[in-house]
Amino acid sequence: MRKPLIAYTVSAAVLAAAVWLGVSIGAVHIPISTLWNPGTDQTSATILWNIRMPRVILAGLVGASLAIAGAAFQGLLKNPLADPYTLGVSSGASVGAVMTLFFGISLPFLGLYTLPVFSMIGAAVTMFIVLGFAKLVDRGLNMETIILTGIIFGSFLGSVLSLMIALTGEELRQIIGWLLGSVSMRGWNYVWMIVPFTAIGSFLLWMNRRELNAMLFGEERAKHLGVDVARRKLVILIGGSILTGAAVSVSGTIGFVGLVVPHMTRLLFGSDHRHLLTLSFLNGASLLIICDLLARTIIAPTELPVGVITAFIGAPVFAFIFYRQRKGGNA
Amino acid sequence: MLNIHGLSGGYGRGLVVDNVSFQVSPGEVLGILGPNGSGKSTLLKLISGVLPKQTGTIEIGGKPADSYTAKEFAREVAVLPQLHAHAFSHTVRATVELGRYPYQTGLFSSWTEEDEAAVSRAMERTGVMRYADTLIESLSGGEQQRVFVAQALAQQAPLLLLDEPTNHLDIAYQQQLLDTVRSLAADEGKTVVSVFHDVNLAALYCDRLLLMQDGKVSVIGAPQDVVKEPIIRSVYKADVVTQPHPELPKPQMTLLPSKPERKEPAYSVDEIQFTVTSDAVVLNTAVPLKTVSSAVHNPGTGWYRTFVNRRVDAAYNADDVKGEMAHYLETEGHHLTDTVGMMTAVHTKDAEIRRYMGDGFSVVIAVTAGVGNAVDASCAAKREVTAGTINTWIFVNGRLSDEAFIQAMITATEAKARALQSERVLDPLTGTQATGTSTDSVLIAAVQTGVQLDYAGPVAPLGKLIGTGVYECTVRAIRTYKEAKGWTS
Repeated sequence: MRKPLIAYTVSAAVLAAAVWLGVSIGAVHIPISTLWNPGTDQTSATILWNIRMPRVILAGLVGASLAIAGAAFQGLLKNPLADPYTLGVSSGASVGAVMTLFFGISLPFLGLYTLPVFSMIGAAVTMFIVLGFAKLVDRGLNMETIILTGIIFGSFLGSVLSLMIALTGEELRQIIGWLLGSVSMRGWNYVWMIVPFTAIGSFLLWMNRRELNAMLFGEERAKHLGVDVARRKLVILIGGSILTGAAVSVSGTIGFVGLVVPHMTRLLFGSDHRHLLTLSFLNGASLLIICDLLARTIIAPTELPVGVITAFIGAPVFAFIFYRQRKGGNA
Repeated sequence: MLNIHGLSGGYGRGLVVDNVSFQVSPGEVLGILGPNGSGKSTLLKLISGVLPKQTGTIEIGGKPADSYTAKEFAREVAVLPQLHAHAFSHTVRATVELGRYPYQTGLFSSWTEEDEAAVSRAMERTGVMRYADTLIESLSGGEQQRVFVAQALAQQAPLLLLDEPTNHLDIAYQQQLLDTVRSLAADEGKTVVSVFHDVNLAALYCDRLLLMQDGKVSVIGAPQDVVKEPIIRSVYKADVVTQPHPELPKPQMTLLPSKPERKEPAYSVDEIQFTVTSDAVVLNTAVPLKTVSSAVHNPGTGWYRTFVNRRVDAAYNADDVKGEMAHYLETEGHHLTDTVGMMTAVHTKDAEIRRYMGDGFSVVIAVTAGVGNAVDASCAAKREVTAGTINTWIFVNGRLSDEAFIQAMITATEAKARALQSERVLDPLTGTQATGTSTDSVLIAAVQTGVQLDYAGPVAPLGKLIGTGVYECTVRAIRTYKEAKGWTS
């Protein structure tokens, strides 16, 4: 980490700008001043508070969750291609969520939280099955083993999803809509739903920022440095699963954020997890807010699935930064 | 500091390390050696706790190793791994700071001045301070390894475990790293246990060596008790010879490449191969000969194939004799590193060159003698030295042991003294019997193939030939010299 203060300032400024654009731009232009001065225009205030603001905050939380989870998984597995999805966690979360919709489950004591909790359980169960199986195959828990196992279980869970979609009737639209990934028309309820999981998951990962730094040098080296590898690994995997499960459960499978944001952050600001986790969190939020803004404005009034936009913008930006960093040498 | 008893362990069911016991005291450097697959790295992994042991005890600092928590253990034991690549990069400072991980407590940053001081000291000690803000991946292998040494030092652990720390490093970095490790043990009393691939490096830098074979301790002891030809041969299954280090009391070994099977006619030196001109006596041999000499150019021990006895004027005087000699040899077209060069003021045409046949071996002796400066060695302290000239060359067509070379020199010198005596050469200053001249040179060279000749004392066959040969040649050379000078005998 070369200039942490600059990194935090830039990231926070970009996030503030993203939020500002996110709430202002749309079918109706709303000046940001409406926030603190609702004044005369009651309609604007209502749009801002009831539609735009929860949407922007939800997008931000989902983006932040995916990005910080991706950063932690990449560090843990020492693989730049790892993200919460390639490990099969998202498929588990999807199965959990789609199952909730498919069977119309709503547990009385969970209520509104039934879908995200099921989704999260799906994510966590998948993670531990993937890890358990990987450990069975290879005691050393090689990252290739984990990733291949993730792919195996991801495909299997994908087929379970397809099966439910094939068998479904009424809920098809709901399921497909959910799977495509979107943060539209969710309202404050969904924000309250994801907040605790984002907070807990991020906190669990942030608690292990030093351990992640040590594990970049390999698990054996981390152990030499005094890291209780087995326990820390578990905590990181649980934290990542909570975040992924929560994000997928409120917004569906939005790709690319968890892969690319940690990378962009690393390329720009270095790979010290003491800063990388927080910075990925901030930048993930910014990226998804901006992508969601584009998703709903680019061919308005039609809305695109935000997952399409994340890849659409994320990939070229990533390519540019990657090119500049490799060619410039000093970025 | 480290006390290991009956330690066994490995991967799966097999035992890679089998019932190993040893102790290491503070300030000591113990090297673990052994062929590939002998379990040396596994032993280190068992000690560092990366691999669980199956039986036995490991005591570190007086307590069982498994009674420490992960962080406590890292405050007692620092490990320096082999150099390897990693996917993401840290700055050098961040990497070294990780060495303070075992001292971090609590949720938020608990970075103390003590942490900062330990990191700075470790970076200064290893000379990586100037790279502090550089990304570790942009450093060379040797520099990266120094960063990891700094990381291990920042742990401030009394026990250091190193796993082939100099692998993939060039020799300057090997030296720097091992010098640092040595001084850590000597100055700070750290206990060092290091796995080595290179027997010679281990012998140079370790107080004791532990040689492993098939998971067991084969030998443990001082380097000179471990790096011995029979031991290394049987454990490594390689043909080696050992010899002392030129500057240090440490053993070193070298490989003996297996010789090609084809039967070449054994080369031997004979008198007709000499080229004698008024300028020099020159011998070029088809193979390099193992040579011990007191020559001007390339004295000492070595392998040479050109032998030059150069005639210089009696008034020869050069400030830099060696430099002038080298210049001369070069001008004459001799390859400097292949050539042994001597000087004489005698007419080289008068050189006495003869071959003597022994049983299965032969000796060629070449002598140039001038006795104008004859000296009684027992009174030598009384005079100024001027150029003296009895040069004796002995070429042996056989294989000589180290002691045979030295005995050959003694025998040759005695025979020369006897020749001077029988020719009644006196020291002009003292009037006593001369034993030689003031700067005589001797050269013993052997083809090192054929018959093994272990002794060259006067009772051994080789010694007899050398004794008679040197005596005869020296007597003849002195007579020729006297005749040339117009002296009467």
